[in-house]
Amino acid sequence: MADLRVKIAGVELKNPVIPASGAYGFGREYECLYPLSELGGISCKGMTLRPQNGNPPPRVAETPAGMLNSVGLQNGGIDHFIKEELPYLEQQDTVIIANVAGHTIEDCVEIAQKLEPTKVDIIELNISCPNVKQGGAAFGTSCSAAEEITRAVRQNTTKPLMVKLSPNVTSITDIAKAVEAAGADAVSLINTLLGMRIDINTRRPILKNNVGGLSGPAVFPVAVRMVWQVANAVNIPVVGMGGIATAEDAVEMMMAGASAVQIGAAIFADPWTPVKVVRGLNDWCDQHGIAKVADLTGTVQPW
Amino acid sequence: MAYLQGVYPIVKKELPARHIIDLTVSAPEMAAIARPGQFAHLKAEGLFLRRPISICEIDREKGTLRFVFEIKGEGTRVLSEKRVGDNLDIMGPLGHGFARPEGEIIVVGGGIGVPPMLETAKGYGEKATAILGFRSANAVILTQDFQRQGNRVVLCTDDGTMGFHGFVTQALEQQLQQKKPALICACGPHPMLKGVAQLAQQYGVDCQVSLEERMGCGVGACLVCACRTVKDGQEYLSHVCKDGPVFDSKDVLF
Repeated sequence: MADLRVKIAGVELKNPVIPASGAYGFGREYECLYPLSELGGISCKGMTLRPQNGNPPPRVAETPAGMLNSVGLQNGGIDHFIKEELPYLEQQDTVIIANVAGHTIEDCVEIAQKLEPTKVDIIELNISCPNVKQGGAAFGTSCSAAEEITRAVRQNTTKPLMVKLSPNVTSITDIAKAVEAAGADAVSLINTLLGMRIDINTRRPILKNNVGGLSGPAVFPVAVRMVWQVANAVNIPVVGMGGIATAEDAVEMMMAGASAVQIGAAIFADPWTPVKVVRGLNDWCDQHGIAKVADLTGTVQPW
Repeated sequence: MAYLQGVYPIVKKELPARHIIDLTVSAPEMAAIARPGQFAHLKAEGLFLRRPISICEIDREKGTLRFVFEIKGEGTRVLSEKRVGDNLDIMGPLGHGFARPEGEIIVVGGGIGVPPMLETAKGYGEKATAILGFRSANAVILTQDFQRQGNRVVLCTDDGTMGFHGFVTQALEQQLQQKKPALICACGPHPMLKGVAQLAQQYGVDCQVSLEERMGCGVGACLVCACRTVKDGQEYLSHVCKDGPVFDSKDVLF
């Protein structure tokens, strides 16, 4: 039995496996299969200051080894989260990660202030949603904007602050360094890669939003590469995600430099994926004589 | 919400019409809790996303679920190649089904919207009138199954090659002129559902419709399968998998 505990931004997780924001709601939809306490943490659906409807359907298109989505941050708003979802999550004995996705710096600051007195363990500042017109990835594609919003939230929260980065940039390491300089305690990456599918019979994009975010095993190698680059560029923990579907994928992501992993789209194919990855990580460590899963982080030996 | 996920053997397979597959799966735990109008999320090997397929029939005694679907794309083609004895990875039963009021009901099915109406009309005998519409005689499926369970069947084809020559909405209006049922349940193409909902409103009859949308998780977590509805007087994007697939027709923005 390996020691699966890891530490992110000063918060201890019982294991390094976290369902990713947007793929898991607030966990309620999966409690009938397994106790949520088996998870290291839950990254909640991205929340805005006020409720919002998201983009018109269709919002999903299948791709080879993955999918595009253009949900556009449909959510009930921060007040709804605190009143309706948080009390439930507090009962689940798992680390609660609130994904904050305000349209403006002021929105993000206000959300962080509202979260301050709550039992949320970590704030994941989402500067990488590709599906909203205001905010979202606009903050995550320029170093100065990423730095500015991170600093503003940092000054308004005492909670551990993790910033979720977009892969749709020229240099993700520069963005990572910018948010580190602005006071981020950790970074999580990657959000989805911007993509598009067209129905050749109608000549219409399948997504009503025309474009959407690509996730699933198709993006895994890109995510591993970016996690590796970022882990080598910053001194704060990296939470790796993007296409993880198996325990072996999680091992690979940790070797690339991730201290923990998030799992998104794979849950749609198999809702047991996060639990299988937890168990598989334990088995893999046992089989390879590794006492602590945390010792895997960054152990790739590059040529 | 209570659903299961597991691997279940196919015990029967038929090909009732061109591009239509009829699979029966032995899944006693799911059959025990499934309700008419619910769906299951089926894994098609080699493809990333599951495929939502409506439950056509639930047999609690035999512990089986029956799925009748059309080969429309890659996923349903992969599923169509499954054989008796093969296993099917199923999540289900999912979503909210149809209400089951006392008295008489009318079920309206259009094309591949017909299968979920079979279980919906079951138990009503001749108190259920099944108005079933198809493009043409060679696309007709399941009418004998409705007759076998004692339902009154009104068969319609778009081209008049079998039964009533016309749309299900025309046949529905004829029925409504004679008698108002406790509920109309409908599943089929969007324009058909819109027509059925309009007639229900016009005749002052309660109506539930089963919607379809491209789906991700199937349980309400990923929010991709949005559909336009009204909530507290305002437009709201509900989700077909969790809030539906069956909605009160008055809540749907067609």
